[in-house]
Amino acid sequence: MSINQNANAVALPNFRNLGILLRILLIVDGISLAAALLQTSEPLPLAEVLIEMSAQVQPVLLLSLLVLAALGNVLRRLSYAGGIVAWLAIELGVVTLIYFLGHRFFNAGGALERYYLFTLLVTGVLIGYFDLRGRALSPALTEARLQALQARIRPHFLFNSINAVLSLMRHDPRRAEQVLEDLAELFRALMGDNRQLTPFTQEIALARQYLNIEQLRLGERLRVAWEIDGFPGDALLPPMVLQPLLENAVYHGIEPRVEPGLITIRLRREGDRIRVVLRNPYRAENDHHSGNRMALANIRERLALHFDAEAGIKTIATDGAYEVQIVMPYVKEKP
Amino acid sequence: MTGARPLRVMVIDDEAPARNRLRDLLGDCALKMPLEIAGEADNGRRALDLLPSCNADVVLLDIRMPDMDGIEVAQHLQKLDTPPAVIFTTAYDAYALKAFEVHAIDYLLKPIRVARLLDALSRARAIAPLRPEVLDEIRREGRSHLSVNERGRIHLIPLGEVLFLKAELKYVTVRTAEREFLLEESLAKLEQEFLGRFVRIHRNCLVAKDAIRGFERASMVDADGESDGGWAVVLNQVSEKLPVSRRQQHIVREFGRIL
Repeated sequence: MSINQNANAVALPNFRNLGILLRILLIVDGISLAAALLQTSEPLPLAEVLIEMSAQVQPVLLLSLLVLAALGNVLRRLSYAGGIVAWLAIELGVVTLIYFLGHRFFNAGGALERYYLFTLLVTGVLIGYFDLRGRALSPALTEARLQALQARIRPHFLFNSINAVLSLMRHDPRRAEQVLEDLAELFRALMGDNRQLTPFTQEIALARQYLNIEQLRLGERLRVAWEIDGFPGDALLPPMVLQPLLENAVYHGIEPRVEPGLITIRLRREGDRIRVVLRNPYRAENDHHSGNRMALANIRERLALHFDAEAGIKTIATDGAYEVQIVMPYVKEKP
Repeated sequence: MTGARPLRVMVIDDEAPARNRLRDLLGDCALKMPLEIAGEADNGRRALDLLPSCNADVVLLDIRMPDMDGIEVAQHLQKLDTPPAVIFTTAYDAYALKAFEVHAIDYLLKPIRVARLLDALSRARAIAPLRPEVLDEIRREGRSHLSVNERGRIHLIPLGEVLFLKAELKYVTVRTAEREFLLEESLAKLEQEFLGRFVRIHRNCLVAKDAIRGFERASMVDADGESDGGWAVVLNQVSEKLPVSRRQQHIVREFGRIL
């Protein structure tokens, strides 16, 4: 496991991620601005220096981003060291190309070596930054797992479920067996390595197992509607996202009610994104506990680890209903 | 205990499997001591309805239930002429368990062991009645209902129906749109418990904020016999007008609904 973690910590960033591209853009432009400030601090000449520098930096930067995004998958398949070398080579190639184009059409001057040095330095800063960032987030991954575990296994759920199984033992041993099997699988998933994206069918199966257990306890009071028709079967989801949200829905939406309540789960593909919507009845005055922040914070964190800025989660409390909406990129299973 | 009347046990839990389990366990206990199941209820309100007629000696009372939690049920059933002993049951509730330990209140953790249940039941007749102030302390928020004993039955008054509370000698009068009830509680404690729902307009009177239609000038003689020519509260639903004491005049400004 520790080897795995290290491998995870030092990997090239995913250049196809908008968040990553934005970070690169900001860092490089930040360095340019700092360099311009060193040359002059008078407003007017500063603008000139900036424009001149932009003319040199922006084409290289934008072309680099394009090439990196295009080759993103190839780069990530290389070893870390190989990836670094490839990245540097790409940068030098792009600089050379832009340099000769500039030379030819605009008669722009300056020694090529200077641009090489600047490019290598800036790329070095980026490599260092992403390396540190990877390391900083890596413990979060392990921690997220632990936290997920703690946030997920509500003692309340565990003991009530065991109690429900016990109640079946004498009168309906087969059903008891089945519930124990569901419970075992649920806990196996909770304690498993939840870092890789998993097929959505697996997530759905897990969610159903969980709901089966709750159904046993709550009977008629728990009603569930699945709206997943037309959802692409090859989609991958971050693991353990649905189940904790469902647990919140049951805990805050169904258990405090005497009358039956409906939980709706909707999964939909919208172009290259996936939208997950979970809805449950909710009355604030019925809710004696406010412990759902932890689960939400944990899911938000894990979505960020997988998708950076491309995924989002929000909650909407309307009149009598509570809704969690997640939007994330549509990632396909590799055939 | 030989020859004694069998112990009558009532089971109150919102989850059917939990009740089934308890029924099985009580069956096991019945082999060791004389006991019978006096009744079952899946929520607190039904339990309070059944209790006066089913003569339970003990209730096994789940804490986390919808609508009215076990702690509140225990508070209301203390108003019965002969309240049963209460043994709380819970799967997990760190807060309540700590309080139970502190006050030596009997509880059983789910899943319940038959030996533990037997032990609790055999002591049940000797369990000291729950003291209201202890339950007040354990409870995390205000009750959802007030309750009074009427001819041996517990009458529940939903808090939302209470228009005002008025202290009179030993009692507090509870006024709803339909009628009045006498409550044996202190106005100050009620004020604390339902902070935010009521506003004190007089030393002896709390008015539900939602019930206030507005204020009008009135020369009334208040309970202390002082005629202050001050303000009076006009209520929704009933025609009674309640004097605002001089000390509480500021609430007229805060509400601003002058008629």
